[in-house]
Amino acid sequence: MQIKEIEEGIWEIPITHKEGMIVPARIIGSDKLIKEMDEGVINQITNVATLPGIKKYAFCMPDGHWGYGFPIGGVAAFSTDVGVISPGGIGFDINCGVRLIKTNLSHKDVKPYVDKLMDVIFGLVPAGIGSKGFIKPNLKEFEQVMCQGAAWCVKKGHGWMGDLERTEENGCIEGANPDKVSSKAFSRGLEQLGTLGSGNHYLELQIAQTEKIYYPEAAEAFGINIPNQVFVMVHCGSRGFGHQIATDYLKTFGSAVVKYGIRTNDRELACAPFKSVEGQDYYQAMVCAANMAFANRQLITHRIREGFSVVFKKKPEDLGMDLIYDVAHNIAKIEKHRIDGKDENLIVHRKGATRSFGPSRPEVPQIYRSVGQPVIAGGSMETSSYLLVGMDRALELTFGSSLHGAGRTMSRMQAKRKVRGTDLRQSMEQKGISIRAVSMSGLAEEAGIAYKDISEVVDIVERVGLSRKVVQLKPIGNIKG
Amino acid sequence: MRRSVFSGGAFFYDRYIMWKYKFLEDVAIADVAFVAQGKSLEELFANCATAAFEVMVDTKQVAIRQKRNIRLENDKVEELLVDWLSELMFLKDKDKILFKEFRIGIKKSGIYRLEAQALGEKINTKRHRLRTDVKAVTYHLLDVYKKRNWMARVVLDV
Repeated sequence: MQIKEIEEGIWEIPITHKEGMIVPARIIGSDKLIKEMDEGVINQITNVATLPGIKKYAFCMPDGHWGYGFPIGGVAAFSTDVGVISPGGIGFDINCGVRLIKTNLSHKDVKPYVDKLMDVIFGLVPAGIGSKGFIKPNLKEFEQVMCQGAAWCVKKGHGWMGDLERTEENGCIEGANPDKVSSKAFSRGLEQLGTLGSGNHYLELQIAQTEKIYYPEAAEAFGINIPNQVFVMVHCGSRGFGHQIATDYLKTFGSAVVKYGIRTNDRELACAPFKSVEGQDYYQAMVCAANMAFANRQLITHRIREGFSVVFKKKPEDLGMDLIYDVAHNIAKIEKHRIDGKDENLIVHRKGATRSFGPSRPEVPQIYRSVGQPVIAGGSMETSSYLLVGMDRALELTFGSSLHGAGRTMSRMQAKRKVRGTDLRQSMEQKGISIRAVSMSGLAEEAGIAYKDISEVVDIVERVGLSRKVVQLKPIGNIKG
Repeated sequence: MRRSVFSGGAFFYDRYIMWKYKFLEDVAIADVAFVAQGKSLEELFANCATAAFEVMVDTKQVAIRQKRNIRLENDKVEELLVDWLSELMFLKDKDKILFKEFRIGIKKSGIYRLEAQALGEKINTKRHRLRTDVKAVTYHLLDVYKKRNWMARVVLDV
């Protein structure tokens, strides 16, 4: 295997590794993470390095693992003029992402009410297979959701103006075109707004442990200013709506690769030139799903605020329930990056990777300009998650990208064989983590043992200079679909 | 580096010959992979569909109260299988139905034509102990193959 550490934490596989590689592949990781990484990652990231128009390197983040098409943790940027767009570089759950909501409550304030809070929120945020949201848009309204994203929710009174600037792309990516979305996707997603979903999606009550604040200036900028402050983290995406759009276009792209004479090493890497009809149609539909996902997380936020308000008998505003940030981690976006001294528009794919912009980028909201963009890494429900902040060096190294979580290391089937859902719930409750789960087997699949050690993962992104640790977030309650 | 079980290696279907379907432990880390078999292509497609719904629910808990007709065509048999399973995932979300029985006819005259009835019932969280939702059917490691029986390998995104 030709993989070499070219500087601390950056491992490179040269273009001689595989026929057709246009650029080298780079994996971010510590010795331990690289040693334990599945070799499927190498195969998949070097496949990505063969796609037309790819710039500089095909990257995999340290939480990466074997997926389909791109590995999870994959980042690749393509020229918007001569490069491609690939649904396999985004995933079926378009704009799956994470948001973090603050409260002005301490662990001490919340502790006596955790169970009540969990019951109320579990009742307000539908989760699991077949669940329906509290919003029933008509077709016209659903088109507005696709074009306006989180702003649609705020207009309807399901959010605060301040939420939008604290959402990547202000909660709405330009270029959505509902005409490019199939009627199947419309009917599949219509009732799913405001639902959490299933699998690895969750809603978590967390505490920012005072002794685990690593970067006090950034913590202060993000409003972390009371001991053991309580937060809510939400992880979900565009639900069946995005899954259907991805399914539809993966089929279209199967013939597009033939039409444009593109050779890929994997059917899941099917792609089309970004400027082609197929490429543009997919992009416009994908943006509809991305905006729907921003709206979905916004509606869930609204319900969480309502839940806290019911339990603590105060207005959400008086509970300090501002959004800290919302990041996408399954997406392709047009971003300006500097290549060989020149600014270029690129279509940056991030699949299981987060944008991590440092203070110099204009996309970072004014309120965070002194420190950088918040980067949210959701860990396993048994261990912890992290709030980090983007660093300018990520722009030079990885097109401003970083980790998205801990990263799985064990399959769902293996995890279920090793752990029973009911036992896991008991042991988590003993550790002070209250659980509400639609599915016990689904809970077992998400056991902490199935994930990498998130501390190892965040440490290496900090050492390499992609994102800096702000605070560790410890779970005290988890809702799972 | 850890070795991926199926990266580049041959796949021995015969080991699973006694099963209608069997979930694979080491094939998909974040997803769900299974192999299925059937004496006919129709039986294979039905067993693949049952496997997909078993990811989501114990199908023994599902009654037959709803019926949906499905017609599909494709010139490639493995793509027809993806279309078939994708159609069921679409109906599962759109109509909130879990399916447990499948009556299928597949004809090949130039291209493959499938006509099927999928039977099941609306999701009822009081009676159905739900598992993990299936988001989509991938082409990853997809294989449909006839030896003594028809065999398939499928990876689902969950």
